[in-house]
Amino acid sequence: MLIRITADPLDPQPLVEHVRRDESGAVVLFLGVVRNTNLGRRVLHLEYDAYPQMAEKELRQVAEEVISRWPISDIAIAHRTGRLEIGETSLIVAVSSPHRQEAFEACQHVVNRIKEVVPIWKKEVWEGGESWIEGEGQTTRQPQ
Amino acid sequence: MKIKVKFFAALHDATGRRELNLQAQEGLTAGELYRDLCARFPRLADYGGGLMHSVNAEYVSPDHPLRDGDEVAFIPPVSGGTHAH
Repeated sequence: MLIRITADPLDPQPLVEHVRRDESGAVVLFLGVVRNTNLGRRVLHLEYDAYPQMAEKELRQVAEEVISRWPISDIAIAHRTGRLEIGETSLIVAVSSPHRQEAFEACQHVVNRIKEVVPIWKKEVWEGGESWIEGEGQTTRQPQ
Repeated sequence: MKIKVKFFAALHDATGRRELNLQAQEGLTAGELYRDLCARFPRLADYGGGLMHSVNAEYVSPDHPLRDGDEVAFIPPVSGGTHAH
């Protein structure tokens, strides 16, 4: 298992190599990438804030939950923090398993759980404003 | 007792602080601490609804009693998925 929270740019290759096994016929790789629009607005960049100690602990729990539910071989998760430009990678999840079905399912579950319980927050910056993103595309109130 | 409070994301913006060390009365709960902090940082009150509480990097309920040396954070809803979908 590999869990990493870092302000440095993310490279998927080391995570893929980390989970690769001779007995695993599938490696599923997910990249979360900064998109140039959201809710019809042109996004300039994102800023991720994290509670690193707690986020690592929660990521580890999510990974353990997945290992207990699916017959996967290994899992690697990396999340970036700080300022990210359009097209940069914010999240990588790599899952290996003997057969592809469980790797696909486990990977999707991990991504969904990360967005529910892991204390990492995303601020969207667009022309003339910015807002912390809450839940599925909602924005937080921004008292001035 | 001594408590350390950490502020992240919208709560960092609302308080202008990353961290706060304070003296609290024995038996104070995480939820009570939040209410006390709202008196000191009125903009915090705007975020009360969706917050979760953590003590020493574990989620706890608002009625969790604090102990000397605890590190407390109030966790706004996490970052959601629209960018990754």
